[in-house]
Formats: sequence, structure tokens, C-alpha cells
Amino acid sequence: MKFKAERATLLKALAHIQSVAEKRNTIPILANALIVAKGGTLSFTATDMEIAIVEEVPASVSRDGATTAPAATLYEIVRKLPEAAELEFEMASEGGQLTLRAGRYSTSLVTLPTDDFPSMTAGQLPHRFQLSGLALRGLIDRTRFAISTEETRYYLNGIYLHAAESDGGHVLRAVATDGHRLARVEEPIPEGAAGMPGVIIPRKTVGELRKLLDEESGEVEVALSDTRIQFKAGTVTLTSKLIDGTFPEYERVIPKDNDKVLRVGKKDFSDAVARVAAISSERSRPVKMALDRDLLTLSAASPEQGTASEELDGDRVQYSSGPLEIGFQARYLNDITDQISDHVEFYFSDGSAPTIVRDAGDASALYVLMPMRV
Amino acid sequence: MSRTIDSLCIDSLCRDCGASPPGAVCSACGSRRIVRHPELFRWHIAHVDCDAFYASVEKRDRPELAGRPVIVGGGVRGVVTAACYIARMHGVRSAMPMFQALKACPDAEVIHPDFAKYGAAARQIRALMADLTPLVQTLSIDEAVLDLSGTAKLHGAPPAAVLAGLARRIEREAGVTVSIGLAPNRLLSKLAAGRDKPRGFAVLGSDAAAILASEPVRLLPGVGPAQERKLHALGITHLAHLQALDDRTALARLGEDGPALARRARGEDARMVQPGQDTKSISAETTFDTDLADPRILETHLWRMAEKLARRLREKGFAAGGVVLKLKTTRFAGRTRAQRLPGPTALPDSLFEAGRGLLRREADGTAFRLIGLGAHPLLPGRLADQPDLADPEAPRRVAVQRAMDTLRSRFGEAVIGRGRGR
Repeated sequence: MKFKAERATLLKALAHIQSVAEKRNTIPILANALIVAKGGTLSFTATDMEIAIVEEVPASVSRDGATTAPAATLYEIVRKLPEAAELEFEMASEGGQLTLRAGRYSTSLVTLPTDDFPSMTAGQLPHRFQLSGLALRGLIDRTRFAISTEETRYYLNGIYLHAAESDGGHVLRAVATDGHRLARVEEPIPEGAAGMPGVIIPRKTVGELRKLLDEESGEVEVALSDTRIQFKAGTVTLTSKLIDGTFPEYERVIPKDNDKVLRVGKKDFSDAVARVAAISSERSRPVKMALDRDLLTLSAASPEQGTASEELDGDRVQYSSGPLEIGFQARYLNDITDQISDHVEFYFSDGSAPTIVRDAGDASALYVLMPMRV
Repeated sequence: MSRTIDSLCIDSLCRDCGASPPGAVCSACGSRRIVRHPELFRWHIAHVDCDAFYASVEKRDRPELAGRPVIVGGGVRGVVTAACYIARMHGVRSAMPMFQALKACPDAEVIHPDFAKYGAAARQIRALMADLTPLVQTLSIDEAVLDLSGTAKLHGAPPAAVLAGLARRIEREAGVTVSIGLAPNRLLSKLAAGRDKPRGFAVLGSDAAAILASEPVRLLPGVGPAQERKLHALGITHLAHLQALDDRTALARLGEDGPALARRARGEDARMVQPGQDTKSISAETTFDTDLADPRILETHLWRMAEKLARRLREKGFAAGGVVLKLKTTRFAGRTRAQRLPGPTALPDSLFEAGRGLLRREADGTAFRLIGLGAHPLLPGRLADQPDLADPEAPRRVAVQRAMDTLRSRFGEAVIGRGRGR
């Protein structure tokens, strides 16, 4: 095997794949990237047996071949080479070392046989649709903060993606919850997605996919079955296993009759929450919201450090229902307001019932927040 | 001569007559039980710990056992609940399997525990304490902490003298001995009580940090075997190492609880004496009639423990922030496994689910003789079973449990149960 490629091209590909490769090194081959040079293309593959990522880049291949080499090491080397460098890779014999040359730099890397590299087959993926990178990013960003890390309820450790009906129309929905908050975001249903099964995409896959979307605003091809999902964005293909479990019937926990509405500027609100919560030394940082006609008083207390409060009056809040007191964790409030652009709307029932939060300017996202007993 | 002058400068108290003798022997009554400390009359927080309580009560009722080793504990397969000091000299310890205890001390008198009797003695002792101050916090059946601040005028004597009197009165009226620790705070009073046992009286004050410095970290209440291993791995073996850590370093090296641990190592403690019961842990456990290895049968027992634990939590107004599974193998090797819960609970289902997860990793064919389930940390009951957005069925389960509790309180325990526990 012998090929030449530009540093910039390689660096981008290796950056994508190296975070999937297993770092803990329990199975050495999983720390390696599979490198295949064939015709005019070069492909890099990394897998942790749950996720496989393949990136194809152009290269001038003078001799076809394949091998595996440590992904993290390769990435570090390429990263440290000068920007305009052209790299030449060569492996003289099957099972030998992989030589990499750039200018006067050269290195020889120990390889492992390609036969040992596990292939993660996607199998049949009967459901296929396209989604813009922007739309997919919106689904992820506005739900991923609510993904649970709780091991016992593994079926909450991901984003539940499924087709649903909303106000009579069909939508593609992403939902995540950790029991304390729930995020539900929808997009108009793309062609081909209507018959898809509901799938739970694992947290790590969500993270890797999101990184790819930083650069990709074009269309992303999504293909899935009951057990696998695949995303193709530009030159990268990400294939992942899905979480084998049943996501809770979340619609039953979304309150229907919350009629006390508070409207407040996002920045006014989140800044005040941050200032008030600063006094609190507890990890959960409870913040109390006391409401009265066009008046919101945020307050927090810490047994060791004292108390803090801030009032937002009629200039900044609209609220016309009766007095109400309710407490939330500051972080949970911030996670949600971070996803809201201008104005936040809260829909309360009472001080101990789930509260709905929405972006006043965007109906596609809905958040449910459990109050804390304060 | 110089010794007498030193002694004159340090406050002293004869624990038998209350005099303040200058020498090693009380000039008033001839007793040698003199307690001496520069701050003897300054502190007012006292930890009172009954010496080998259950065994002492038994010896009180059977004077012929006075000079013999006594073990209180249950059954052939049982464990030592309490051992008198003579048995302890042979190496017998609480929680030791009975056969092992008897190997160490074959001529020990083994007595089946009579908790009603111990409870009565404990109540009698608590009443004597309550005579001295309203601020008595019961820590367990045989331990309490007293705040005697502001009582000197009432009693016409400083706390140290009042406490020596209390110890005499407990011996006389309840027939058991106690060890007393006097200090500026609860932590130091407990440590002081442990320094002079049995029938002791010790004071810790400004000298505490220096005295604690050379002690192993394990001495500190709350540092168990696991924490000890963790600290040792960091090169922290003695309290001096902890004392040296400022808050920032302690946080960086030991994590969230680091600063509090370092403060405790320096003898600092801001806890107040709060009258009433201080429940530290709630658990339920059972020793099987025959050893069990079958995971399904173990789960049936776990479920019963979960039900019992849930009931105790609800009765005492607590919620579990996590569960601790306790197992004992046929070889008496103890295994404890802990798991935080996603949210505080007092429901048997949630306790069981968490316990089952832990049990599955342990039930690998090993035969066990005991299973237990405990709640740790304990949280206020009002936090229990908050609505869970990921569990639409939760409100129904809470309602079912409430209905069962109501039925059981009216018609008895056996009136209703879950299929799983049968």
C-alpha cells in the first residue's frame, strides 16, 4: 500500500474518527483506524463496536492496500505536522510497519492485521429520509441536555426519534428526559420517515453526530432499522446501534391544562436566575419563583451563605393569574433558556405540578420541568 | 515539688466526690479517679456512651456473671450483638459470627438478647440525663450527646462536675457504667468518650488538633474501610495529613466532601445538639435458615427486605437517597454494594429495583447466609417519590402503596401483600 494525501484533508478525517476509536484500550484493535487505499480514494474507519464511523477522502494512491494503525497517534502526528505538508504513507509488506513521511519527518507505526478489525454491519436499513444538517442540529441541541445518565434506566440514555402526529399533521419528533425535565422538539416530517419505528439513539452517537454537523449544513441522509441507524453527511458515514428498550409514554406526563402563563425576556430571566443562584452552595441550586400580577421575584437561600433575591416587574414580565410560588433547579432552568432565542413562556398549574416551558417565538419545541419541593 | 505546682495550675475533678484535688489522690475521699485538664471547666458538650451496654445490663441482673466473659447474641448461626470487656479481651467483637467468637472465648456465657430489658434501661438512663438539660440528643440505644451550656447556675456546679455526678447516678440507679467525653463540640466529645473506656471521663479542647494529628484517619467518625483505602492510596494515613489541607486543596484532592473531612480532622464541628432521635441509618436484614444461592429465591428475600425498609422509612419520615445491599457469604465474608437512586424514594418497588441491580452482580452462584437492604443517605421524607417525567406509572404506584399502608394499619400486616413476597 502506498498513497499521498494533504495534511488538511487527513486531519479533518482523523479528527472525525479518532473520538470514536476506543481509548481505554481493552481490545487493542479498537484503538486502531482501518485504513483502506483503493483507486483514487482513501477511507478511514473507527469503531467501538457500538458506533462505526467511515470517512472517505481523495488521495493519490499508487498502490492499493489496507492496514490498521493507532487512530489517536495518527491524529496527533498529523496535527503536529506543518500546515501545508504533504504526507506519504507506505507499507512495504502485509503485516509490516506503516511508514509515514512528510518532508524530512518520518515515522514507522506498528500495525495490526485488517482481518482482526471488527466490521459493524448495518444490515438492512429499510427506512430512509433526508434532513437538513440545520434541522438535525436543532433536534439534537434542544433535546440532548435532558438525556439521562442513569444506568438503571438505560432506555433514557438517548434521544427518542420517532414519527408522530401533532395538531393533525405529521412530524418527526425528538424527545429526551431524565425524569426531572423533558424536551420535545419537532420538525416537519421528511419524505420516507412516516413509517419509521421509534428509535432511541445513544448519547455517544448523538455527541459524535453533533460534531460532524458543526461543519455540515447540507442534507444528511438518514437510514434506519429497528436496531441500527446510519447518518451520511458529506464524506462521513456514521453507523450506530440503537438502544434496545422502550421509551416511556411521555405524552402522558405532559400537562394539558396549565393555564397560568408567564412571559419574560430570555436574557432578563436567565441573568437574574444566575445572579440569584450564585448564593446557593447546594449542587442543585434551588431557585424560587414567586409570581404576582406582572411581578416575578426570584430568590435563593443557602444556610451557610445567606439569601438573594431579584424582582422582575411589569416592564419585563407579563403575568395575569393569581399568586404562585414554585421552585426549580437553576441549572435545569438555564439548560432550557439556553435553547430559547427571545422570550420564554412558562405555563404553570400550581407550585408542585409539572410546568411547561416554551419559546414564545417558536412552537416546535416544548419543555416540561418538574418543580423542586422547596 | 514542681509537679504539685503544675497540678495546681490545671483544673482537676475527683469523679467520686466532686472535689478539686491537687494531687493524684483525692485529698477529700482518697479516690484515684481524678480527671485533669486545663479546660475541664470550660466545655459543655458531653458525649455519654454506655460501656458494653447489653452485656452490662445482663451482668447487672445476674451478679454471678460479674467476673466472667459475657456475649449477647443470637442462635448458632447468629452474630455477636454485644460483648463485655472481659470477652473483648479475648478478641470477641460486635458483629462477629458466634462460632468465631466462641472459638476465641470458649467459656463465654452466651445470652439471647432481651431488647425489652435493654430498652427499659436506656429509658431510665435518658430520664436521668433529661434531669440535667433539655438538650439531650439520643444517638442510639446506648449513646447520647448533651449540651449543658448555661446550666452551671441551675446545678450550682460546672458541667464537668454535673457529668461526674451523672455517671455515678447511672451506675447506682441503672446498674451500668458509662464513658463520658467533654469537649467544645459534638465531634470532639465523641472522640473524647472513646479515649478512656470503660468507665472513663476524658476532655478534649484546644489540644485536640495536636492530639488527633498522630491518630490514623480511621479514627474519624464517617471514615470507613473504603474511605480509608481511598485516603491511604493518596498517601493520607494520619489525621495530620488531613489537617494540613486547606479547603481548596482538600476539594481538589478529595472531592466534594474533602473540605468537610479536613475540618473534622482539625476537630471542627458546627453541628448543634438537637433533642430527639438522630437516625443515621435505616435498614432491614435477615439471616436465612439455610444458605441460599438461587438468585430468584434471593430476590424474593430482597423484596421482603425492600418492603420492610420502605415501611420503616415511611414510619420514621425518611426517604432513601440510595440503597446499600448487604450480603454475607457462608464463609462470613461480608459484601456491601451501594447505589445512588435517581430520586429519593420510600417505595418498596424502587428500593427493590435498585437492590436487585446490585444483587444480580453478586448472585453468581455464591451461597449467602444473610441479605440486607439499607437506605443511605437518609433524606427528609417530604422529598420522597417526587413525580417522575420518565415514569408515567409512578403516581399510581404511590397511590397503591398508600392504600396498602392504610389497610395494614387497620387490619394488620398480613391483610395484604404483593404477589412477589409470597
